[in-house]
Amino acid sequence: MTAVASDASNRRGRSGLRLRRAAVGWGFALPFTVLFVVFMAGPVLASLLMSFTDIRSADLRNPLGVNVVGMHNYSRLLHDELFVKAAVNTAIFVFAGVPLTMVAGLAAALGLNSGLTRFRSLFRVGYYLPVVTSIVAISVVWRFLLQPDSGLLNSLLGLVGVDGPNWLFDTRFALPSLIVMAAWRNLGYQMVIFLAGLQAIPQELYEAARIDGATTWQQLRYVTLPALRPTLLFVGVIATIGYLQFFEEPLVMTQGGPLNSTLSVSYHIYNQFGFGNYGYAAAMSYVLFLVIVLMSILWFRLLRSEEGR
Amino acid sequence: MSTPVTATGRRERSPEAPQAAGRRTARRPRDRAATIVLHVLLVIGLLAMVGPFVWMLLSSLKPESEIRLVPPTWWPHDPTLGNFRDLFARLNFPTYFLNSAIVAGLITLGNLMFCSAVGYALAKLRFPGRRALFGLVLGSVMVPGMVTFVPLFVLVANMGLTNTYAGLVLPFLAWALGAFLMRQFMLSIPDELIESARVDGAGELRIFLRVVLPLCRPALAALGILSFLTFWNSFLWPLVVATTEDKYTLPVALALFSVGQNETKFGLLLAGSVVVVLPVLIVFLLLQRHFVRGIATTGLK
Repeated sequence: MTAVASDASNRRGRSGLRLRRAAVGWGFALPFTVLFVVFMAGPVLASLLMSFTDIRSADLRNPLGVNVVGMHNYSRLLHDELFVKAAVNTAIFVFAGVPLTMVAGLAAALGLNSGLTRFRSLFRVGYYLPVVTSIVAISVVWRFLLQPDSGLLNSLLGLVGVDGPNWLFDTRFALPSLIVMAAWRNLGYQMVIFLAGLQAIPQELYEAARIDGATTWQQLRYVTLPALRPTLLFVGVIATIGYLQFFEEPLVMTQGGPLNSTLSVSYHIYNQFGFGNYGYAAAMSYVLFLVIVLMSILWFRLLRSEEGR
Repeated sequence: MSTPVTATGRRERSPEAPQAAGRRTARRPRDRAATIVLHVLLVIGLLAMVGPFVWMLLSSLKPESEIRLVPPTWWPHDPTLGNFRDLFARLNFPTYFLNSAIVAGLITLGNLMFCSAVGYALAKLRFPGRRALFGLVLGSVMVPGMVTFVPLFVLVANMGLTNTYAGLVLPFLAWALGAFLMRQFMLSIPDELIESARVDGAGELRIFLRVVLPLCRPALAALGILSFLTFWNSFLWPLVVATTEDKYTLPVALALFSVGQNETKFGLLLAGSVVVVLPVLIVFLLLQRHFVRGIATTGLK
């Protein structure tokens, strides 16, 4: 065999191997990818295209009736009082709800992770229970707990002499009620992620800190929290993405009321979809998408600047 | 509950691993005080988390008159199954139950197949476009449900799949979270195992089925439970796609039943909630260990 020939056969062998590898890889990836493109990536793109048109539910049988309206849907939402109201409500929900849930979830994880704690599994299962329960069933129970007179919460408050409000029908209390309910629902999930993060921290760090005479509080401040940074980022991003899509609670609890005090952006989009304003709904959903991307970038920035210190 | 299992499912080195808070034996009075305070706080938290469910169960056994009592009672004075009888007489619960089981079951099955295959490709195989695909899958987590909601509905309507099982199931078969979970887990499988099976002349499919999947049992269990619970509870899509009663899932039936029943029939609503929650509760309590481990896996980078 001459050098040239062997070189050629080698090359053929190499490119044949590469081709074979590609075929194997895509063979495994293809079924998922096809479904993913049709039911996820495709709709994401279609939504973007729709947002520049005046498409309505009536146009589905008559696609020729659709006009391209450029940025009209996007400028429209700036003058939409309900959208502004929904955006403010959603912002309050995120800025109050995310920290509340994260602090509660981290506190629960620290409590469960303490060496003094007994019956760990029992607590973990109990705290996780609301996460796996249907929101519809939860809403029935919570609507009842928050009843003004026969509700459990107000009768407990009555024991200590506080006259509880009509939680879900008072514009001042409806949104805070839903924030607490969301925190109650989600803290178990965050607790489990935090627990995994806590368990990954090397024990030697604590031993060294104790030898240096660090108090429990100092250990938390200088060992636990810095080591938890990646976990905090992960939970922060996931929670922010979830809370920006605030929707299920008002849908099942208050239908956006009273006086739109619990209307959220996702809920407003859903209502516009119900009215058949597909183009407008798509534009609003893209604005929400943009905010989610920006907030996620902010979280990553926050982490990186912290690490640079 | 004798040996606590950590969130990652690992047995701890000892029943009470030494942690930041100190030693196992609370010999010093300060430690004992700390232990008591800690447990009081944990129990208060537990009551807040589980209390509503206990109250729901107990109240579903009360007659309507007792449910309306001020102040509310905890323990039913004369327990009755009347609410459940009424509920089953009014609503076609076996149908909803079956629908929920079919929809959640089919989605779970699909997730197990498609997500494990794509997870294997993303974790262990080299092919052009792998990184782009992973980026797409990961990026899709950021897409709000409302973005795809409208076009997805249009697509399913145009395919003629509204009010069909296919319409309820198809959009969720390629579940990004499941793909991510499987990939994360499969990264930990040693390449040497796969290589040596190749050297032994095993075909690619055989390697996947005989070598890789058996090692993924914990991840598959976690994905299966996670997927089943998620889609058993899912509510918005079935609410929009299922238009006649014979296709309602449990949460949809309960939600539609509760609208307009607001203040009149709380006993029935509570009984309905118990019926929706109980299967999930049983599955979760039996399998929580695998499940929690899987959740923790997704959080580990």
